[in-house]
Amino acid sequence: MTSTERTDIVVIGSGFGGAIAAYHLATGGARVVVLERGPWLAGEDFDHDFKLGTYTRIFDFVVGDGMSLLSGNCVGGGSVVYFAAMPRAPRFVFERQGSIGRRMWPAAISRDALEPWYDRVAEALPVTRTDWSNIPYPAGLFAAACARAGRTANPVPTAIDDDKCTNCNWMMSGCRFDAKRSLLLNYLPAAVASGAEIRPMHEVQHLSRTDDGGYRVHYSLIDEDDYRVQAGTGTIDAKIVVLAAGAGATPVILQRSEATLGAMPPAVGRYFSGNGERLTTAVLDEDRVRDLLGLKRSDGVAYEAAQIGKGPSVATWDHLDGTRPEYSRFSLEQLYFPPGLGTILVQTRDGSGPSWFGVEKKDVVRQWRSWLTIFAMTEDDNEGVFGPPPPSGNAIRISQQMLGRGTIRYDPTPNTLRGWAESDAEARAIMERDGLSWLMPWTNDVVGAYTVHPLASCRIGDDPNTSALDDRHELRNHPGIFVTDGSAVPGALTVNPAMTIAALAERAMPGIVQAAQQRGVAVKYGAPSPDGATSSRRGAVPLTETTRT
Amino acid sequence: MQPGTPDVEPARTMTLEAFADTVVPGEKRSPDDRAVAGAAVGGGAVVAGAIELLEMPEGGLAPALGGLADALNGHAQTYAADHGLALDGSVPAFVALPFAHRTAVVQLLTAPGHPEKELWVGVALISNMAFDTAAHMHTVDAMAARHPGLAAMGFAEPDADGLWRFPDFSYGRQLSSLHPDTTPSGSPA
Repeated sequence: MTSTERTDIVVIGSGFGGAIAAYHLATGGARVVVLERGPWLAGEDFDHDFKLGTYTRIFDFVVGDGMSLLSGNCVGGGSVVYFAAMPRAPRFVFERQGSIGRRMWPAAISRDALEPWYDRVAEALPVTRTDWSNIPYPAGLFAAACARAGRTANPVPTAIDDDKCTNCNWMMSGCRFDAKRSLLLNYLPAAVASGAEIRPMHEVQHLSRTDDGGYRVHYSLIDEDDYRVQAGTGTIDAKIVVLAAGAGATPVILQRSEATLGAMPPAVGRYFSGNGERLTTAVLDEDRVRDLLGLKRSDGVAYEAAQIGKGPSVATWDHLDGTRPEYSRFSLEQLYFPPGLGTILVQTRDGSGPSWFGVEKKDVVRQWRSWLTIFAMTEDDNEGVFGPPPPSGNAIRISQQMLGRGTIRYDPTPNTLRGWAESDAEARAIMERDGLSWLMPWTNDVVGAYTVHPLASCRIGDDPNTSALDDRHELRNHPGIFVTDGSAVPGALTVNPAMTIAALAERAMPGIVQAAQQRGVAVKYGAPSPDGATSSRRGAVPLTETTRT
Repeated sequence: MQPGTPDVEPARTMTLEAFADTVVPGEKRSPDDRAVAGAAVGGGAVVAGAIELLEMPEGGLAPALGGLADALNGHAQTYAADHGLALDGSVPAFVALPFAHRTAVVQLLTAPGHPEKELWVGVALISNMAFDTAAHMHTVDAMAARHPGLAAMGFAEPDADGLWRFPDFSYGRQLSSLHPDTTPSGSPA
């Protein structure tokens, strides 16, 4: 009989919630093992390639009933595949009541209370403001359209090194140029330098209890090419578990653990939010771009630049107004959405035939260079609910990589639909003014609504009936399990959520360190930022093959 | 092969080609092309590689393609019967449908509430991916081969090292006023 491996802390997932935990706990002296279901890749591995088996390695696309989720699936998690837009959530967000009729955030958290933690993340990645000289054509066009329609528009703070960025717009495949400041460049190498072990292709299935009050983490080894194949299983015991598998997976692991851990809080796998996301695509009239907006590229073309840039770079925040009623507040952000993952959902203009395929649709696709996608982040109603967990993982995998069928059901409420309708109307008011473009929202009839920012499926709060975690991110009735990923965020944020997910994870760390100390782990809190002159980052060697094992 | 009884593989392939061609239509490959309806100019999903992509083991649908083709032809026969359409028996039923009716069948199968919706949406997604990403090929190879989908979209050429860079990327000036409540960190207040 083999003895089970033991460590102080197991971190499940290596995105923002997992990487920040691994860094602080390892640097503080704890033995940390990070289990990540996806592969461990670095800049040189990130090819500019749409072939199946390349970028599909690092994505998880789960189709549910009424909602599809796009998530990261690699060491670094969402930070590797995201667009690095890092705004802080507006003040009113923390006062939201949502579907429960009273403030949904814990009393301890407000924008002011979170500000120092936002600052830490901004220093660590780092997050910076973008100068207009670095704003790509699509974002510049959106800003000009906003201005002409009497709106304001802002460059979005990002975690991108503009000196390295080539505006290739392949950032959803991971950044080849290390311009995107993913966790592979800061928290994770610093955690490894402090002794944290990161184990890729380890998919956690469930947890059980150990006799000493800790937890046993049960995992499968995933085949490197065919993620449907499990190449073995294993367990590891820990005194503390930090669960950060992402809002599409964390609640599923806990649901599956009910058989061994006992009942979960009722909010596990409920109150899921798609961040109120809504995508629309405008097809620009190139002549009017020139005539109405006075825009011209150096080669004389007005726009035709859908392919150029770095995801979202400009947003309009005029509807982020706390005096407006809930569900009527949203931001609109210019976005690039690569072919393959969304083109099919773009709709034709008049809708007389099939709206998302066929002859007319092909004509729309032929105008691809004149597309400008607009991303609305609204306030939804936390109406997503996860069904019983699948046999393994967070979905029934259909393809070798990326595509799976999940258990989530999302039936948008009238509040959510109203927010989408109002954001559609505002996008039209900006983009269709005087025939600048025509615009249609993406269809929800094909794969349901679509979110790239799943949230709130295991959320913090003060009310045990509507929040799975207390305000220290500890799972109710299961001491020693902490959740620090996007599932902990109480609801839609009206802006890109990575900055808030990361700030909440930073805020949770002192409490997790204290809980570890109480369980006899020799660990201290107080690690400097992994980035910057006062940090330990100089001692954190870059991620290389030699540091990965 | 007996007249009127197409053997299994060509029938399967023709049926799937006709489905992919309904999603992203293209011009006929030859005058006697039955699968591709010729409803649009330029290459469509079929010449873009839809069948190659569907058959890749990575996609997960390859083992199901025979059953899918049979099911599609069954739906086409039901549709034809419902609409009083006489079908040419020398080709699979879906292939025998005129383009407008193929379109109607695909609309039915992918509509919210259809019990097989997920399957047919899956085939449609992959058909579309063949056109808009050439996902069965390395993208640099697809660009070199003038892949019809990427070419139709105007996908830019990569640099010699197979990577994309856009040194000319910005209008280079401020194009709107900022929100008055922007904080020093550049975030909304």
